[in-house]
Amino acid sequence: MKLHESQGGTHPQGQIGFSRVAICGGTHGNELSGVYLVREMQKAERKAKERGNDMEVITVLSNPRAVQRGLRYIDTDLNRCFTHAMLSGSNTNDAPYEIIRSRELNALLGPKGSRDAVDLVCDLHNTTANMGLCLISYSDSDWLCLHVFRHLQRQMPDVPTRFIHFNATNKESYSLDSVGKHGFALEAGPQPHGVMRSNIYTTMKMGVEHVLDWVCLFNSGFVFEGGSVDVYTVVRNIDYPRDRDTHNITAAVHPQLQDRDFCLLYPEDPLFLTLSGETLRYKGKEPLYPFFINECAYYEKGIAVSLARKRRVAIPAIRVQTEQEQQAKKDECTSEEEEE
Amino acid sequence: RPALPVHRSARRVAIFGGTHGNEMSGVMLVNLWVQNNTEVQRKGVEVQPFITNPKAVEKCTRYVDTDLNRAFTPENLSTLGGGDLPYEVRRAQEINRMFGPKGSPEAYDVIFDLHNTTSNMGCTLLLESSKDHFNLQMMNYIQASVSNSNLYCVCCFFAGLEVGPQPQGVLRSNIFESMRDILKHALDFIELFNAGMEFPPCTVEVFRLSERIDYPRDDNGNIIAMVHPNLQDCDWEPLNPGDPMFQTFDGKTIHYQGSGTVYPTFINEAAYYEKQQAFATTRRESLVASAIRKA
Repeated sequence: MKLHESQGGTHPQGQIGFSRVAICGGTHGNELSGVYLVREMQKAERKAKERGNDMEVITVLSNPRAVQRGLRYIDTDLNRCFTHAMLSGSNTNDAPYEIIRSRELNALLGPKGSRDAVDLVCDLHNTTANMGLCLISYSDSDWLCLHVFRHLQRQMPDVPTRFIHFNATNKESYSLDSVGKHGFALEAGPQPHGVMRSNIYTTMKMGVEHVLDWVCLFNSGFVFEGGSVDVYTVVRNIDYPRDRDTHNITAAVHPQLQDRDFCLLYPEDPLFLTLSGETLRYKGKEPLYPFFINECAYYEKGIAVSLARKRRVAIPAIRVQTEQEQQAKKDECTSEEEEE
Repeated sequence: RPALPVHRSARRVAIFGGTHGNEMSGVMLVNLWVQNNTEVQRKGVEVQPFITNPKAVEKCTRYVDTDLNRAFTPENLSTLGGGDLPYEVRRAQEINRMFGPKGSPEAYDVIFDLHNTTSNMGCTLLLESSKDHFNLQMMNYIQASVSNSNLYCVCCFFAGLEVGPQPQGVLRSNIFESMRDILKHALDFIELFNAGMEFPPCTVEVFRLSERIDYPRDDNGNIIAMVHPNLQDCDWEPLNPGDPMFQTFDGKTIHYQGSGTVYPTFINEAAYYEKQQAFATTRRESLVASAIRKA
């Protein structure tokens, strides 16, 4: 795929530096890697600040009440509470706990969409699906996130690492990572909710360290060469077959699909095995990549498996804006205002 | 002919699902059999599938007020208080009325309480007593009949059938079918026994529950280490003194300091974090089950 002239072949794009990075854990209170990693980072707070380059790392336990009770959420899923509509509006007495909390987080890390928002939100999650490490984003053209992803892949060659793109052009972003100027979720699995697997914790810890290392490198003026990465863009979700009256599920993910996240699913491949032993097959026309296969929390959201298309995305070379570039930008803005 | 120990027929059998509302295999199996019990029908025995904790099942949570599987204490079963009692205590009283009272002649003969675990335990039959020759013979029969060798027997303080690994709230097809298969053979055994078949003496390998080992914690009670990657998923494999047991958050290894080899189980079960248990140790024993025949 050819790079456009404006993305400049070998001429790196200047991007604004990251002065504030937020690492969030416990957005879902029973996804333990992030809970414990944030706790450990908070214990070693001074160490984290010593990274230098004037970068501030903010660690947040997003949903403390849910963490305390070992639940995904108290009243409603916190990670769906960050649309502009939900963030504005006043707290009433009977407002769900997570709505009150999302507004607190927005005040701390945002406000979403404003100049004061943190530069990067990295929100830590676990999944019961066999997904390895995934970086999940609303954009497939945020070059900073894609460069971070490529860095993770290169630094952690033993961990299957993938980039998932949720195309949110038709609807608004609703998750915690949308509060920052840049943001993504870091998802590690498989791990049962309420359980801490040491290998998954280590993966998450290494992932966060590499993210912060990349930001430091970036801030210091390092030029990251262009290249290309694989991006999985979500196309659709498939729900379980359900009983018409009770809405209870009537089949399990087929043993030939279970744990085979990111293995291409072809038309007529097995999807579900009913309780009476019947195989239900994928009826789509296009082979797609399945993921979030049998994620516990998605039963109530009506998702047995998500399906994505994979494509190669070119990323331009980038580096942090120099002081002259920043000044030039400021002068540009000032003169525009004067013209008005 | 020497007299064989005799045992009364197993005329009434119950299959409990949803004792923990988020352990999905039992919930699905019992719901299936409540709707259509053809699969569990056997000659000469009445089989009752039953959801023990419907509120917890509805919310897909382990319990509503308190763990039902710890609620069957003599105090709980005899206490008055009606609607003020915790939900699961009321349920325990109701279940004891319907299927017990425990230890009395009216009680059901066999109860299969279906559970899942996040631990890599395969299929585990939990027995309350090592002297229960009927259950030991049933175990032996199932072991000879099932295709997979992932079947274990534990002498514990509660009875049940535990299949894992499966996350809470998740239904895995292979786990579901394993549990279904075990129950099929268990019911076959009961049918054969009721029909008068003699089961000669046999030897059954059991694991006797020894100790519960908690996570290392700090002074505030917070966990400071995780099950070591070498121990994770190694249920039923020998753990020797000096073997890695836990790994701290900064990567240091904590070793098992016991006096001899043990066989760990319930390694990293989600529900046991709050019960202060990272895993349990067991000792391996060979038990001889006497021959049995219906009275």
